Amino acid sequence: MVQEMPESKKRAMRAISKPAAYGPDLDINGYSRSGEEGYRCPLTELPEDVVERSLEVGVTPREEERSATYFQIDHSVVFSAVREMFKGKVEVLSTAEALQKYDWFKDYWWRIVPVDADKYTALAELKWDQGYFIRILEGEKVTLPLQACLFISTDNLNQNVHNVIIAEPDSEIQMITGCTVHRNVNRGLHVGVSEFYIKEGAKLTFTMIHDWSPRFDTRPRTGALIEEDGTFICNYICLKPVKSLQTYPVAYCKGANSRARFNSIIYGSSDSYIDVGAKIVLQNEGSRGEIISRAVGKGESTIYARGMLVGERENTKAHLECRGLLLSDKASIYAAPELLAKTNGTELSHEAAIGKISEEEVCYLMARGFSREEAEALIIRGFMDVDILGLPEELKKRIEKMIETTTERAL
Amino acid sequence: MLRVEELTVEVDGKPVLRDINLEVPKGEVHVLFGPNGSGKSSLIMSILGFPAYRVVSGRILFKGQDITSLPINERVKLGLGVAFQNPPTIRGVKLREVLERLVSQGGRYSSLRELAETLNFPLDFMERDLNLGFSGGEMKKSEVIQILAQNPDFVILDEPDSGVDVENLQLIGKVIKKMIEGKSALLITHLGYILHYVDADEAHVILDGTIVCSGRPLKILTQILNEGYAWCRKCPKVRRERCER
Repeated sequence: MVQEMPESKKRAMRAISKPAAYGPDLDINGYSRSGEEGYRCPLTELPEDVVERSLEVGVTPREEERSATYFQIDHSVVFSAVREMFKGKVEVLSTAEALQKYDWFKDYWWRIVPVDADKYTALAELKWDQGYFIRILEGEKVTLPLQACLFISTDNLNQNVHNVIIAEPDSEIQMITGCTVHRNVNRGLHVGVSEFYIKEGAKLTFTMIHDWSPRFDTRPRTGALIEEDGTFICNYICLKPVKSLQTYPVAYCKGANSRARFNSIIYGSSDSYIDVGAKIVLQNEGSRGEIISRAVGKGESTIYARGMLVGERENTKAHLECRGLLLSDKASIYAAPELLAKTNGTELSHEAAIGKISEEEVCYLMARGFSREEAEALIIRGFMDVDILGLPEELKKRIEKMIETTTERAL
Repeated sequence: MLRVEELTVEVDGKPVLRDINLEVPKGEVHVLFGPNGSGKSSLIMSILGFPAYRVVSGRILFKGQDITSLPINERVKLGLGVAFQNPPTIRGVKLREVLERLVSQGGRYSSLRELAETLNFPLDFMERDLNLGFSGGEMKKSEVIQILAQNPDFVILDEPDSGVDVENLQLIGKVIKKMIEGKSALLITHLGYILHYVDADEAHVILDGTIVCSGRPLKILTQILNEGYAWCRKCPKVRRERCER
C-alpha cells in the first residue's frame, strides 16, 4: 500500500519557491546537501577548532557549567546529554528521536511556525536535518543554563534544523543557543525553525548568539506560544559579519497575564545585510509585551530593525524601543516600528531613535581622562547594553566580553 | 598655574569669547560671575579644549605649558579637573567605570565605597548609567565625586551650587572646601552660595563674552545681588573700557 504524503509535506512543496516577506531572495539550490559525517563523542573530545568557535557563541565544553547540552555538526548530532543532577528535570533529544519516542510530539510540530510561510520553512520540512527537542518538566526550576550548538563545518553547506522547546507548567530555565561555522567555512545557508511552547506559569529565557562568516546566509524562523502566567524572554545577539540574515520571530501571548519580551543587540559591519524584527500578539487579558533593540551600523552594513505589537484584547499593554547608532556614512539603519490595536483596551507604544555618537558624550569622557578612541568604544559598548537581556552573571559576563572585543576591534 | 591670554573663541562661526585675559596663580581660588549666556561656561569649555569652541586668537597656558591645541584628555592629564554644570547622560556607561579609571590615573581614594561615603552618595548609584535619571543634587554629587577621584591640581567647578537643596549644599560645600585646600581653583557661581564654604581670593565679572572687571569676591557679589548685572553695565570702569575699544 502506498502511504499518503503527510499534509505538511504537501504544503511545503507548494511553498518551496515562495520568497520570504523580507530579505534578499536566495537560490536555495545553490548549496551542498552533503555535510561531514559526524559521530557521537564526549564534549571534551570535540576537536579544538570546533571548541574554539563554539566558545565564541557562549557554548562551553565544560559540562559542569551547564545543566544539559545539545551539539550538532552539519547534519549529525555529536552530543546530547543531561547532567546527572538534572535528569528527570529536563529532557534533551534530537527532534528525530523525539518524533519516534513520543506520539504526541506531532502536536508540537509546525504548530506555531507555518510550514508554508516561505521557501525556507518549506526547505526545513522537505530537507530536514534534525535540531533539538528540549522539554523542561512540570514544576522544575533548572538552576544552570542549558546549551545548544548548531555548528557548520563544511563549506557551502545547507543546514536546516527544526527545534521544539516545551516548558511544562511552572518550570523555569535559561537556555543559550550558539550558531556558528568553522573557520574554513566561507559560504552556506542555515535555516533554523524554532517552536517554543511556554505553558501555564512557566518561564523561559532563551538567548541566541550568532557568529557566521562574511559570505554566509541565514534565515531563522521562530514562533512562541505563551499560556496563562507564562513568560518568554528571547534574546538575540549578532556581532559578526554575515552576508544576509533575516528573521522575524513572533510570540503569541495566548494565556491571561502571559508575557513576552524580545531583546536584540546587533552589530553590523563590512557589507552585512541584517534584517531583524520581532512581533508580539497580545491575545488575552493582562498580557504584556516588550521589544527592545539596539543596532550599531558600521562599514557598509545595512540593518533593518523591525518591530510589531498587536493588541487584540482589552487590558493589555506593550512597548517597543528601538535605538540605532550609526558609525559610518556608508552604513544604514532602517527602524520600522508598527503598532496595531484591535480593541480600545490595549495600550501600545513605541520609541525609535537613530543617531551618531554624541560629541558631547565623547568630550565629557575625555574630560575624565579617556582618549577619544577609548571614549567612543565606551559609548558604543554602553549602547549595546547587556543589562537589557536579564541574564545570569556568567552568561552576562560572557556576552559583555564578546561586545568588548567587538568594540575594541571597531576602533 | 593657569593663564589665559587675549583669548577669542567662536562656536559655529559666532564669537562667544573675546580678548579674555585671566590669571589664576598657584594656590589661589578665583570666582567667575556673569549673567546667563555671558560666556562663563564657554570659557570653561575653551580652557578644557572642547573642539566646538574654536580658538580664533590668543592662547591658554597651564603650568607654563601652552595647551591651546592639546586634546581634552591631555589637558586633563596635566592636572585640570572639571565638575560640569549639565553633564550628559551616557547610557550603558556606569559611574563606577569612570571612577575606576580616574582612581587608576593617580586619584587619591582607595575605594569607591570611601568616595561614596564622603558625599553620602548611595553606593548603588555606581552601577547606574551615568546621569540617567539623576536628580539635580545627585548630578552635582556625581560630578564632585569624580573630581575627588581624579584629584587634579587645578579644580574648575561650574555652578556646583545650582539646583541643590540646603542640606546637600552644606555637604557639597564642605567637601569642596576640603577638596580644594592647597590647590588652585576656578569657580562659577550664580548666587554665590558656595562662597559660604569656600574662601575665594579674587572674582571676575564676565559680560558679553569678555571679562569686564575683577576685584574682591564678596564685594562684587554683594553689588550684583543688590543691583544685578545692570550695576556692572553702568560701572564707569567697565564703560570706559568698552568705550576704548
